Amino acid sequence: MSKQEQPPSATEEEADEERAIGPVTTGSESVIRALENAGVEAAFGVQGGAIMPVYDALYHSDIRHITMAHEQGAAHAADAFSVVRNEPGVCLATSGPGATNLVTGIADANMDSDGLVALTGQVPADMVGSDAFQETDTTGVTAPITKHNYFADDPDSVGDTVGEAIALADEGRPGPTLVDLPKDVTLGETDAEPGPATPPETTQPQYVADEADVREAADAIEAAERPLLLFGGGVIKADATDEARSFAREYEIPVVTTMPGIGSFPEDDDLCLSWAGMHGTGYANMAITHTDLLIAVGTRFDDRLTGGIDTFAPEAEVIHIDIDPAEISKNVHADYPLIGDAGIVLDQLDDAIGRAPEAESWREQCLTWQDEYPMDYATPDDEPLKPQFVVEVLDEATADDTIVTTGVGQHQMWAAQYWTFSEPRTWVSSHGLGTMGYGLPAAVGARIAADDDQQVVCIDGDGSFLMTIQALSVAVREDLDITVAVLNNEYIGMVRQWQDAFFEGRRMAAEYNWCPEFDMLAEAFGARGFRVDDYDEVADTVEKALSYDGPSVIDFHIDPAENVYPMVPSGGANGKFALTEDQL
Amino acid sequence: MSSDDFKVTDDSDEDLPKHGLKGPSPDERPHPEGRRNSQGIRIDPEAEAEHEPRRAVISALVEDDPGVLSRVSGLFSRRQFNIESLTVGPTTVENHSRITLVVEEPEPGIDQVEKQLAKLKPVIAVGELDADAVRTELVLLKVEGDEPDKVHAVTEMYDGQTLDAGPKTITVQLTGDEQEIDDAIDAFRQFGIIEIARTGYTALARGNQATVPGEKPGTADEPTRPTNAQ
Ligand SMILES: Cc1ncc(C[n+]2csc(CCOP(=O)(O)OP(=O)(O)O)c2C)c(N)n1
Repeated sequence: MSKQEQPPSATEEEADEERAIGPVTTGSESVIRALENAGVEAAFGVQGGAIMPVYDALYHSDIRHITMAHEQGAAHAADAFSVVRNEPGVCLATSGPGATNLVTGIADANMDSDGLVALTGQVPADMVGSDAFQETDTTGVTAPITKHNYFADDPDSVGDTVGEAIALADEGRPGPTLVDLPKDVTLGETDAEPGPATPPETTQPQYVADEADVREAADAIEAAERPLLLFGGGVIKADATDEARSFAREYEIPVVTTMPGIGSFPEDDDLCLSWAGMHGTGYANMAITHTDLLIAVGTRFDDRLTGGIDTFAPEAEVIHIDIDPAEISKNVHADYPLIGDAGIVLDQLDDAIGRAPEAESWREQCLTWQDEYPMDYATPDDEPLKPQFVVEVLDEATADDTIVTTGVGQHQMWAAQYWTFSEPRTWVSSHGLGTMGYGLPAAVGARIAADDDQQVVCIDGDGSFLMTIQALSVAVREDLDITVAVLNNEYIGMVRQWQDAFFEGRRMAAEYNWCPEFDMLAEAFGARGFRVDDYDEVADTVEKALSYDGPSVIDFHIDPAENVYPMVPSGGANGKFALTEDQL
Repeated sequence: MSSDDFKVTDDSDEDLPKHGLKGPSPDERPHPEGRRNSQGIRIDPEAEAEHEPRRAVISALVEDDPGVLSRVSGLFSRRQFNIESLTVGPTTVENHSRITLVVEEPEPGIDQVEKQLAKLKPVIAVGELDADAVRTELVLLKVEGDEPDKVHAVTEMYDGQTLDAGPKTITVQLTGDEQEIDDAIDAFRQFGIIEIARTGYTALARGNQATVPGEKPGTADEPTRPTNAQ
């Protein structure tokens, strides 16, 4: 029941009053009070039997609830909310199928270190273990993909448990937490008001790096001839983009980012070499290959970034700044480990460095690589529409702070390559898990989190879009101003690219030429739909879709043969990126 | 529409660059000499330096949260750490347990085991025990009961105890370090071993040393200050 349908007796004022002064009487109310105490403004979820008491308590709360069409979307939306706001997003689901539907989204948030709190209903505690209706061992299923999860077994402490889960999700290296809420606990009587959200005592991170270690790293930076900064997603999560930017500029050290680190440093800055890795720029990968001192901040050295470890930054000593000690030397050995908060440690380093490294010729070398391997694509008039062109037009037509969400595949790579990002928290994508279907529900979450005048664009693939297309109904119902650009190649294109390159062109199960007409489908959902086949329609249609005040979908029929380059073959050397299929 | 329509290998538009990208091809580019080993350590290309696996005894003080054991064991299977044994039992502090683990990993792996364990919320503190730590294992052995006198003699020899003796079987208990236990088991083989139950190591640091960082020997009942933050 929506707020508009409230029984006439319960006016908004009465509801407010009840909330403001009403003491907690049930476990559910305590759960909601904990969310309110933590400043939670929005939650994404789907109703169901075991979670109904929690929803009932939400009825009188000011927390905005967005009913999703699928729990996977609820988790992705909450995840995107957290990326944009830099605070944990909240999602709700019922027991059993509701909880298992969250799993992909939780795993996604876990890989990308996004703060997320999942509240799941559970069968009454005394029925747990009996294979009751809609029972799943939710804490068991989600243990490997959460920072920590809780089985709440007491109405008196459930509020504090939820508070702890929120605080833990946000603390140090962020990540997902989950609280499983048995129905008897949420229905149970209690007058225990939850206290402020506090993380568990056993998990306090170290924010300030050891001074002696900082000193050594500072010496290494002063002496470096070919220093390179590598900014990962951790820079953004630590809210350290100011420190990162001024550090790079003060010491004139070239910057590459990881894909999750996109937006940490303006991509149009002279020092920026854009992002490195499998489909990163040639110049970023050349710089990684030739640097003698890699100053890595907030990255976990994912294999899509490093390629083969034996050939990764083969000449470089590594300074690794990270808040999570377990990331140090997990994949790439750190010669100078600095455990702490990215912003604080960069400031510490700044204080410790006496003189900038002498790296004039290295900077020039990096510029040469930019000329040698520019990001470009062929756009002959008679060819079918190139996806890179679409991305560039979208970028030009939107403001600098526009949020871009994506699915997973070639379109994601083109978006990352051809959109020029300059602000943190404007690139919202599924990196570590690579979840197709992330884009649209993420756009919903980003829209709720974003400023009113900020634009939200989802660049999707036809395959990815189909995976969570039901979230369009949410965008329409909630009247969310989102523009979805589907780069439709009637393929699951990234798979086709690999099949052509590594499976002798056997395109097994990669064709999507039974794709629906996405423009018509959008209209059927109640959104605006457009279709574009030619270059000359692009700008115009983009303009129309962006100016439409509500959800719109543009179905761009792009060159189905277009592939993503440069490419470092899986496990290969970063410096040996291929520019064409022949070079693979 | 068939897949042939989109053959990327199609040569018909040979005159067009497939992509606007240029620059030397992969093999023409300069490539540095340096390299790393499989553990990400920068090495001399000549001298391949890999760490050999070694055995480490690790002690973890944990809160008795529900599921703590499955969280710990789950960590080991999901991160593919090579675990030899795991014992668990209560300590002097209410709601605290000690888990003793034996792992066989190269040095960086042992480091990861400790750090990943420390990340788990119920884990209060983790530490590797020195080589001189007090460590012992318990084993129960059930052997054929045909030669009770001989069994008894071997049991005495290994300072064991007979827990159960019947006409058909004899069950003995032995404790000691791994080597002693292995030797004892070998000695009992002559009688025909029917069943074995081994616990794996449990261990404490020697003397006045703390078993895990932050533990204060001699101040039982005092909760250890969490040190997993490092
Ligand atoms: C949930 C999920 N299933 C399968 C994959 C494997 N996969 C990676 S990219 C890709 C193709 C994506 O196709 P599409 O969304 O149309 O994007 P395109 O590559 O064509 O731009 C597939 C199937 C995945 N990443 N996620």
